[in-house]
Amino acid sequence: MDWSNVYSQALTQGIGIQAVIFCLAAIGLNVQFGYTGLLNFGQSGFLAVAAYGLGVSIAYAGWSLWVGLLVGIAAAVLLALLLGIPTLRLRADYLAIVTIAAAEILRLTFRSVTFDPIFGGSDGINRFADDFYRYNPYSGPVKIGPADFSQNDMWIVTIGWILVVILSIIVFLLMRSPWGRVIKAIREDEDAVRSLGKSVYSYKLQALIIGGVMGCFGGFIAAIALQSIQPDYYSTDLTFFAYAVLILGGAARVLGPIVGSVVFWFLLVLIDGALANAVSSGAIDFIRNDQVGQIRYWILGISLMLLMIYRPQGILGDKKELSLDAR
Amino acid sequence: MPDDHRPLVEALKDVPHEAGVAKPDPILVADDVMRHFGGLVAVDVDHVEIQRGTITALIGPNGAGKTTFFNLLTGFDRPNEGQWTFEGRQLAGVRPHKVAKYGMVRTFQLTKALSRLTVMENMRLGAQHQRGEKLFASIFPFLWRGQENEISERALRLLESFNLAQKQDDLAGSLSGGQRKLLEMARALMVRPDMIMLDEPMAGVNPALTQSLLDHIREVRAGGTTVLFVEHDMDMVRDISDWVIVMSQGKVIAEGPPHDVMSNEAVIDAYLGTHHDKPLTDSGEALTAHPEEV
Repeated sequence: MDWSNVYSQALTQGIGIQAVIFCLAAIGLNVQFGYTGLLNFGQSGFLAVAAYGLGVSIAYAGWSLWVGLLVGIAAAVLLALLLGIPTLRLRADYLAIVTIAAAEILRLTFRSVTFDPIFGGSDGINRFADDFYRYNPYSGPVKIGPADFSQNDMWIVTIGWILVVILSIIVFLLMRSPWGRVIKAIREDEDAVRSLGKSVYSYKLQALIIGGVMGCFGGFIAAIALQSIQPDYYSTDLTFFAYAVLILGGAARVLGPIVGSVVFWFLLVLIDGALANAVSSGAIDFIRNDQVGQIRYWILGISLMLLMIYRPQGILGDKKELSLDAR
Repeated sequence: MPDDHRPLVEALKDVPHEAGVAKPDPILVADDVMRHFGGLVAVDVDHVEIQRGTITALIGPNGAGKTTFFNLLTGFDRPNEGQWTFEGRQLAGVRPHKVAKYGMVRTFQLTKALSRLTVMENMRLGAQHQRGEKLFASIFPFLWRGQENEISERALRLLESFNLAQKQDDLAGSLSGGQRKLLEMARALMVRPDMIMLDEPMAGVNPALTQSLLDHIREVRAGGTTVLFVEHDMDMVRDISDWVIVMSQGKVIAEGPPHDVMSNEAVIDAYLGTHHDKPLTDSGEALTAHPEEV
């Protein structure tokens, strides 16, 4: 293993499939948490219902890719309504509790033996997205600088970043509009917004749906890229990594999720590769090779803590705005 | 300055000075409004009317239930029983944002300026029926740009009259306490309310700003908006109110023009405690003995 390989690996992952997935999940969270102040701790659930909606439509019902995508989006909207209607009138923490529980219930339901014929149990649903790759315009592997992608990966990554751009533009337009003004006002003080004749409940529900639907595209990308839907991929880790990505990049910034996910995955893979390299070459002898996977998360965790202490607004955030937080 | 409110204020001349009295042209009528927290009765108002086009002060000692009454009327709290009409419309059980839409807009005792929005954005937020506040229209700026410009112009005129125009691009969080009070009042006016309810507009305001704040409130009345405010500052109450309603222990205990109310014995008792000026021994007859001496 050589150092240039470590670097090219890190760069590939930094703009690769995982970065796209977490970027999309974080864009959704940005609308919900960054702009509206909704604590959705069940973003993994939105990605899961989208992925399973797609997978089940194709593999079980035999519908086309496009119908599958619509089913996935509809499932995300339904989940947002289901979670939002009972909880959004209550204090913010209730949404957090309900969403984290709902995401786990969904995961356990998807992996249960009872629904094995539909959801595929713990094996999930596999090889259902051949239709997608039939449209692949790339005829072979693609190199972008030091980054290296296979033919299929390049196709899904291209679609993924196009989605990221489209959704980011939509977020930008939304947040620049009077609608976004109401949303940002709700984040600060709900009663003030109510006293000015706006239905806070309805706006929060809209934000939850928008964020859920945006995040659900991450579920589509994950399902199609891996040609596989594994229930345990949609665990709470996914949600918390997406939060890490968002906060790293800067919440309530349009480009926050993009910068966050690229930096997050680049660093994670770089630390992983560098450690593994150092251990196998004997430069570090107090860590075994099989411990590297855990230790990279330590380092990442410590880095995030340092970031929170010295730059709580994230890479792109505005410190001035944060210091005015009167809550 | 239009003087449409003059006859409405004049009409109060013939109204008897007693609690729960009927007004010639009430904008708000409340009946049997009751709110208790456990065993504590916070509000228990039998009947009260607010005259249209006037400045009415709601005063009373701490814990009299003034703010709770405000919260009930504006839907921020729900009464255990009671009903009230605003412009003839039943408002009991109506959600707070609907109450504001119907034209009854309040401010808060602890100012709720949205500190991370600019002063101008705060103002724009108050405008009603904005096309750009609809989710699908919002991403097409050409659908709402024109309306937004009109709103901004109106906001700027209001800011100018509140001496905040030069602050329009600053974050509201950078304003002083008094300026935030002004901003909150201006923002409430963006709703174009028929009645504005100010909860302690003077609290925390620099005395130098007091006079201009009073002028603003008079201007609001001149513009045809009814004003109801809660205040502890008796100078302000005496200065600008056309009518004063006094609450104590949840009940309306007296009403009348400022000078009359402030010499009312029940009011003084409520503020200072019963028989404060009488020897403890003959307190029994004191109530009837010298009613006018206080």
